[in-house]
Amino acid sequence: MPSGPKEVGSVSQAGILTRSTTIESPILRPTRNGRLQQEISGARIRVAGLGRRFETAHGYLDAIRGVDLAVEPGEFCVIVGPSGCGKTTLLRILAGLDRQTSGSLDLSSPGSEPPTNAMVFQGRSVFPWLTVRQNVAYGLKLRGVGRRERGAAADSLLDTVGLSRFARAYPHQLSEGMRQRVAIARALAVDPDLLLMDEPFGSLDEQTRFLLQEELLRIWEQTGKTVVFITHSIDEAIVLADQIVVMSAQPGTPKVTLTVPFPRPRSLTEVRGNPAFAPLFNQIWELLRDEVHVARRFEGAKR
Amino acid sequence: MSRRTRRWSEAMLTVSGPLVLLATWEWLSRTARIDPTFWPPPSSLWETFVSLIREGGLLGDVRVTLVRILGGFLLGAVPGVALGLAMGLFWPVRVLLMPIATAVYAVPKIAILPLVVIVFGLGESSKLAIVAISIFFLVVLNTMAGVQAIDPSYRDVARNLGANPLELFLTVALPGSLPAIFTGLRLALGFTLIVIVGTEFITPGDGVGSLIWESWQRLAIKPMFIGLVVTGLLGWLLTVLLDVVERWALPWQARE
Ligand SMILES: Nc1ncnc2c1ncn2[C@@H]1O[C@H](COP(=O)(O)OP(=O)(O)OP(=O)(O)O)[C@@H](O)[C@H]1O
Ligand SMILES: [Mg+2]
Repeated sequence: MPSGPKEVGSVSQAGILTRSTTIESPILRPTRNGRLQQEISGARIRVAGLGRRFETAHGYLDAIRGVDLAVEPGEFCVIVGPSGCGKTTLLRILAGLDRQTSGSLDLSSPGSEPPTNAMVFQGRSVFPWLTVRQNVAYGLKLRGVGRRERGAAADSLLDTVGLSRFARAYPHQLSEGMRQRVAIARALAVDPDLLLMDEPFGSLDEQTRFLLQEELLRIWEQTGKTVVFITHSIDEAIVLADQIVVMSAQPGTPKVTLTVPFPRPRSLTEVRGNPAFAPLFNQIWELLRDEVHVARRFEGAKR
Repeated sequence: MSRRTRRWSEAMLTVSGPLVLLATWEWLSRTARIDPTFWPPPSSLWETFVSLIREGGLLGDVRVTLVRILGGFLLGAVPGVALGLAMGLFWPVRVLLMPIATAVYAVPKIAILPLVVIVFGLGESSKLAIVAISIFFLVVLNTMAGVQAIDPSYRDVARNLGANPLELFLTVALPGSLPAIFTGLRLALGFTLIVIVGTEFITPGDGVGSLIWESWQRLAIKPMFIGLVVTGLLGWLLTVLLDVVERWALPWQARE
């Protein structure tokens, strides 16, 4: 996987600047080579009192209830929470694939256009009937981008995720981790204002996971997308996030929202070595441990 | 085992099965361990085969049967796939037609031949119709199951990236159900052969089925065997043909 030299020192100043200017547009955001670039692409999320109630055979089930969430354009928001607390439900509502049954959702972008989003789904989502390249180019094809142009775009993304050699392969010829990278490239291909990622690295081995985390950060830093990212990994949450939302057990609702203080652009090794890392890790784990216990009891009671 | 050795072994095994069977038969018949009147040695069938082609109109029978199979197959499969897709995609269609489809599917198809004859007469069209009808529901049910078995997350991906209903159909529902459609077509192809030979038994005239039946009634055992062998070969040929089409249509399927 190509991973260029990181010029941490030269842009860390700009990185801090970015964080403090996300409130009002236009947003200044450092590119990889340290230049400041005006970006107006990231989506802004305002969620208030959001709830989603499912009707099941045994009555109602509130997957999420009273969710308040604010994500600024270009912000990287990570959601953690016990299994079944409604993270996927929330993400699907943000993606427009499902509707809330209560509360309000407002997505806007600093430009006048309504923001676009692309979701990386939990589990199997790469079309088995398309080649790797066709999968990545799929969204562009739907948008009417010409064959050659979308092929080139797909190839460059495949290069980014380290799958150039497999452009013509079919998904069944790939490993699980490789398929997941195809799914990520497919979402990035349409250059969305809002990138929704549901445990995208969950099925990957740790080395690949670290590489893709770096790669994702690099892409994010270059493009100024807003990201909402779900993970079960506390470590992953800390190294990626500006803001970590810890969800409570069912019905899911944000319990605590933490701001991650590490400067941008980040080097993952530096973040992990930072003295502030361990206390933050422990704090999140303490919060989660209670919720996981609640979730366990709840699951047990259901049976 | 390398790919090439594997291919070669496969070819050898494919041929040796029938060869061993024929050789055993030949030996049993020649040594009169089985009655040669009813089980003539395969080698003696060659002469009959040649004369049937020259004077007996065997090729004409094969052509007639083949046209009935292919015609009936297309007439049943194409609307079958279409209706199956509709039933898989739209629940009202499914709920409306499901009882009829399952009930008719269970009836032995040869049993409705009298009805078909009443409607279509004794000519060629009733033979096409019986083949088409007998595979129609099989194809419908397999296609429908194929659509329903598609992982809903694929639909979500397509919708999330902005697919309209037509694009959803063309890029998800159709390719996603193709494997099940082909399973249905494969089963259907077997049925067409059974049904057409059965029909030709009952309504004699031309076709490989009548060749078998009429030979049997005249106790002409050798032509009867030729009819059987030709039927088997037809079945094999059509299956191979469908295999080729499937490989072309489903390049993405994992195969051993
Ligand atoms: N379509 C649905 N119908 C009924 N209940 C649903 C539906 N979708 C989700 N749920 C329920 O809502 C709750 C939250 O599900 P969700 O998938 O959002 O959890 P999650 O936080 O993503 O879990 P995980 O971390 O295991 O992926 C679960 O109890 C689930 O059973
Ligand atoms: Mg989930």
